[in-house]
Amino acid sequence: MKAAAVLKERENQIHRKGKEPFSIECNKESLAGAVSQRACVFCGSRVVLYPIADALHLVHGPIGCAVYTWDIRGALSSGPELHRLSFSTDLQEMDVIFGGEKKLYNALVELIDRHSPKAAFVYSTCIVGIIGDDMGAVCNRVSKEKGIPVLPVMSEGFKGNKREGYQAACDAMFKLVGTGDTTAISPYSINILGDFNLAGEIWLIQEYFNKIGIEVVAKITGDGRVDDIRRAHGASLNVVQCSGATMELANMMKRDFGIPSVRVSYFGIEDMADALYDVAEFFKDPVIMDKAKSLVRSEIEKIMPELNKYKAALKGKKAAIYVGGAFKAFSLVKAFRTIGMDVVMVGSQTGTKEDYEELQEITDQGTIIVDDSNPLELSSFLKEKDVDVFVGGVKERPIAYKLGVAFCDHNHERKEMLAGFQGMLNFAKEVYTSVMSPVWKFVPRRIKRESEVGLVERINKGEKP
Amino acid sequence: MSKMPPSYTSTTNACKLCKPLGASLAFRGIEGAVPFLHGSQGCATYMRRYIISHFNEPIDIASSSLGEKHAVYGGSANLKLGLNNVTKKYNPQLIGVATTCLTETIGDDVKRIISEYKAEFYNGEKPCKGEKSFELGKSFKLEKSEIDKVSKRDPYIISVSTPSYSGTHIEGFHAAIKAVVEQLTEPAGLINEIHASPDDIHTLEDTFPVTALTRESVNFMPGFVSAADLRYLKEVLTDFGISFTLFPDYSESLDGEALNDYPLIPSGGTPIENIKKMGWAKITIECGSTLPKESAGTALAQMYGTPLYRTSLPIGIRETDKLMDKLEEISKREIPARYRSARGRLVDAMVDGHKYLSGKRAIVYGEEDLVVGLTSFLAEIGIKPIICASGGKSGQLNQAIANVVEGLAPLPQVYEDVDFYDIEERAESLDIDILVGHSKGYAFSRKKGVPLIRVGFPIHDRIGGQRILHLGYHGAQMLFDAITNTIIAKKQDDSPIGYSYM
Ligand code: SF4
Ligand code: SF4
Repeated sequence: MKAAAVLKERENQIHRKGKEPFSIECNKESLAGAVSQRACVFCGSRVVLYPIADALHLVHGPIGCAVYTWDIRGALSSGPELHRLSFSTDLQEMDVIFGGEKKLYNALVELIDRHSPKAAFVYSTCIVGIIGDDMGAVCNRVSKEKGIPVLPVMSEGFKGNKREGYQAACDAMFKLVGTGDTTAISPYSINILGDFNLAGEIWLIQEYFNKIGIEVVAKITGDGRVDDIRRAHGASLNVVQCSGATMELANMMKRDFGIPSVRVSYFGIEDMADALYDVAEFFKDPVIMDKAKSLVRSEIEKIMPELNKYKAALKGKKAAIYVGGAFKAFSLVKAFRTIGMDVVMVGSQTGTKEDYEELQEITDQGTIIVDDSNPLELSSFLKEKDVDVFVGGVKERPIAYKLGVAFCDHNHERKEMLAGFQGMLNFAKEVYTSVMSPVWKFVPRRIKRESEVGLVERINKGEKP
Repeated sequence: MSKMPPSYTSTTNACKLCKPLGASLAFRGIEGAVPFLHGSQGCATYMRRYIISHFNEPIDIASSSLGEKHAVYGGSANLKLGLNNVTKKYNPQLIGVATTCLTETIGDDVKRIISEYKAEFYNGEKPCKGEKSFELGKSFKLEKSEIDKVSKRDPYIISVSTPSYSGTHIEGFHAAIKAVVEQLTEPAGLINEIHASPDDIHTLEDTFPVTALTRESVNFMPGFVSAADLRYLKEVLTDFGISFTLFPDYSESLDGEALNDYPLIPSGGTPIENIKKMGWAKITIECGSTLPKESAGTALAQMYGTPLYRTSLPIGIRETDKLMDKLEEISKREIPARYRSARGRLVDAMVDGHKYLSGKRAIVYGEEDLVVGLTSFLAEIGIKPIICASGGKSGQLNQAIANVVEGLAPLPQVYEDVDFYDIEERAESLDIDILVGHSKGYAFSRKKGVPLIRVGFPIHDRIGGQRILHLGYHGAQMLFDAITNTIIAKKQDDSPIGYSYM
C-alpha cells in the first residue's frame, strides 16, 4: 500500500512486517522539504554532554542554537547545576564578517572567572564551521591560562544528524578520560554510560549496582562530574545503555585502556534484570550473582501486584513507538508486551540496518517499521492502525493529541522516571492514565467510530440506516 | 533614569529568540501556507519543538536540510528539491522561505534560486484555492494521476532574509510580514481590470468575496500577539462593523480544534486573496511602539499610498482607549456597548483591588512592544515598574516606556539587549514584588522568591499560553485579576495566620 502521506523517495525507509522479505533503507540524509523529526549534530552533542553538571557548556554561534537548548531536559544533578544555564557567544553580524575568535576567547574567560567550572565544553555550530574560527586554538589558549580542560566539540549542525553529534561529544569527553587518579577503585567497579539521569533514574540504577556489591566510578553523563570522567579508566567494565550515544566512548576506552563493555537497557523488567545479570556474569563472582538474583526477585515481587492491575486494563490495546534511537525501541516493544499491549508501529530517527533487522524480529506480523519519519506519515500510521497510545518526544505529542490519541513522553524532556523496576511501574501507570482517560470519549475519532458501530448494529437489526 | 548595564561578552539565558522563528510564526498565519527554512535541519526542528511546547499544536516547518557539501558548494539544489517536495506533499497555496544564519553566511541568493526554480517547474497554473486536506485513511489513497494534478498548481513563494546574527524573533516576524506584503499585494487597478472582464466574473465571485471588494476594508497588523488576542481583535473589528484584513492570523492554525483527520496544512490564517488587496484598503493599523522604521505598514503606504496609523499594543486602559477612538472614527460608529461596559467593569475592578497593588514593584521583561504595553498597564493600576528589560534592541524602548509612565509612575530602569544574567544582576539589591513576562523567567522568579505573572511567548511551563488574552479592556481585566490575586495569594501563603477572607 502506498499512502499519499509517503513521498516516493521515502518508500524504502518504511517496512511492513510480513509482506515482503525484510528491507529498509536508513542512515540517509533527511530529504529536503520532508519536515524530518531529526535534529542536528550540535543537538546530539548537547544531549550527551548536557548532564555534566560542573562543566561550563558554551555554545559558539548565533543565539538560537543556545536558547533552544536552555534547561529543556529533565537531567538532574545531585550538586552543582551549571548545566541548566544557557551560555552563548551570541554572534553578531560583525563577528560573522571578521571572525568570532576574539569574542569566544573573551566569553570563555569571562564565564570561567564567573563560575569556576571544572572544565568547559565549547560547541561549534553551523556558521562557526563556515566562518572558520580556529576553536581548537582558542580552547588551548584558555585552557593554559585558566588551568582547566577547555574542550572543543566539533558539532557543526550540517555535518550530519544526531549520531555524528554523539561522536563529537565522545571525542571531547575522551580527552578527559585517563587524566585522573584511579587509586582505591575497587576491582568490582563499573562506569555507567548512556544514562542521562532523567527524573533521577541514574540514582536508582546506581543503587541497584551498589546493592549487588559493585562500585560505580563515573556516571556518563547523568549527574556527571568532570573529575569522575577523568578517572573513568580505573573501572573494570563499561556498562553502556542502549541509545548508542556513548558507545563510541566505550570503544575508545576499550582501544586505549582495554576496558571491555556490555550493552544494556534499564527499561522494562526483562531488560533491567538482564542488565544486572550481565554485569554480575562479567565479574564471575557467585556472591554478586546471588545478590543480583535476589534483588531482581524482590523488586519484581514488589511491583507485580500493581503492574498486573494495569495489565488487566490495558490488555489488547495498541501502541505506536517513535523514538530517537532504535535501541530504546527494543525495550519499549518488550515493555508493552509485559503489560499486554500490541505494538503496531515502531520507528526511530537514527536507527541502523541491524537495529531495524532486530526490530523486525521482535515485532508481530503487520507491524510498521519506519526510519526518519515525519508528522504526515506518523499521523497516517496512527490512523491506519487505530492506535491507543503513542510513545514519542515533544515533537510527536501534538500529532497524537490532535488526532485524539493517548500519549506517553519518552524523551529527554520527560519528568517521569521510567527506568528500573520502579520505572516499569511508572511507565505502566503513565500509559494507563493516558489511555484510560475519559477525554477520548469526546474526540472526533472515537465519536465517529462509535456512531459507525451503532450503524452496524442497526443494520444488523434490520433497521434502515 | 536608566543606567547602562555592564557590558558582558557572553550571553547567559537569553531573553530573545532567533529571527527565523518569528518568520515561521508569521507565515503560519497565512491561509494554506507552509513555513520553510533554508538551512540545516537542526534549526527547523529546534524551532518546531519550541513552538509546539507553547501552543501544544503541530507545526510543520519544512527545511532544505543542508548537509556538509551544500554548506560548501551552496544550497541551491536542495532548496529547489525541498520546494518541490513541499509542493508535492502539502499542496500549499504559499511557501514562506526564511533564510537561516548558515545560508546567509554562505551567501545563497535565495531570490535568484526561487526564480530559477519557478522557471524550471512552474507551468502557469494558479495556486489552488482553499485547503484541500487529504482525508487520511480511506480517501487518503489518491491515485498517482490525482497527486500529479494536485501538485501542478503553483504555490506563491515568498522569501525573507532572516540571519539571526542581526535581530531577534521579533525582527524576523516583522521582516516576514513586510516581505509578504511587498511580494504578494497587487495594485487595485490590476484586480479591477480582471474583474471587468465578463468571462472571469464567475471565477472571481468565488475567489474574492464581494464584501472584501469594497475599498472600505481596514488592514490590521497587531504584531506578535496570542491566539486569543487575535480572536479578540476580530471580534472587536466585527462589532464595529468594519471589514478588515487581520494579518497575520494564526488564531486557528496554531490553536485549532480536535480533529479526526490530520490536516496537511491546518485551517485558518489570513486568506491570500485578502492579503493581495491590502494595498487598496482605506487604512492600515499597525500596533507596536518600537516598530522598525520600515515595516509592512510603511511598505503599503509607499507602494499604494495606503494611510498608515501606528499605535501601541492596546494593553490597559489608555492604549485601548486610543484604539477604540480610532475605530470609532474609522467606522463612524460609537463604541459598541459590550466594550463600553467592559471598560466600566474594569475601572470598577481596579478600584476594588487598588489597595492590594498600590506601590508594589514589578520587573517586566520580554519583547519590547509587549513590555511597553504591560508597563503602561501596571502604571495605571498603581504598580511601580522598576525594571523594564528586553533582549531586543530597537533603540526606542526607553522613549516608549517614558511615554507610557508619564504622570503615573517614575521612569523605571530600562534595558535593551540584555539577558537574564543582566536582569538578575540589576535586580539583585532591589525589592521586587512581582515579575511579569514569559516562562523563561521562572528560574529567576524562583531564585528571588517573587511570583511570576506569565504573559507573552513562550509559556513552556503551563498549558494554554496561546489562550492568554492581553489586549483590550477584556484582556486588561484578566491581567488585572491575575496580578491582584497572585499578590493576595502570596501574602496569604506567607502569612502565619492563613486568613480565609481578604
Ligand atoms: S540562531 Fe541561526 S543557526 Fe541558530 S537556530 Fe537560529 S537560525 Fe539556526
Ligand atoms: S545552526 Fe546548525 S548547529 Fe545550530 S541548530 Fe541549526 S543546524 Fe544545529
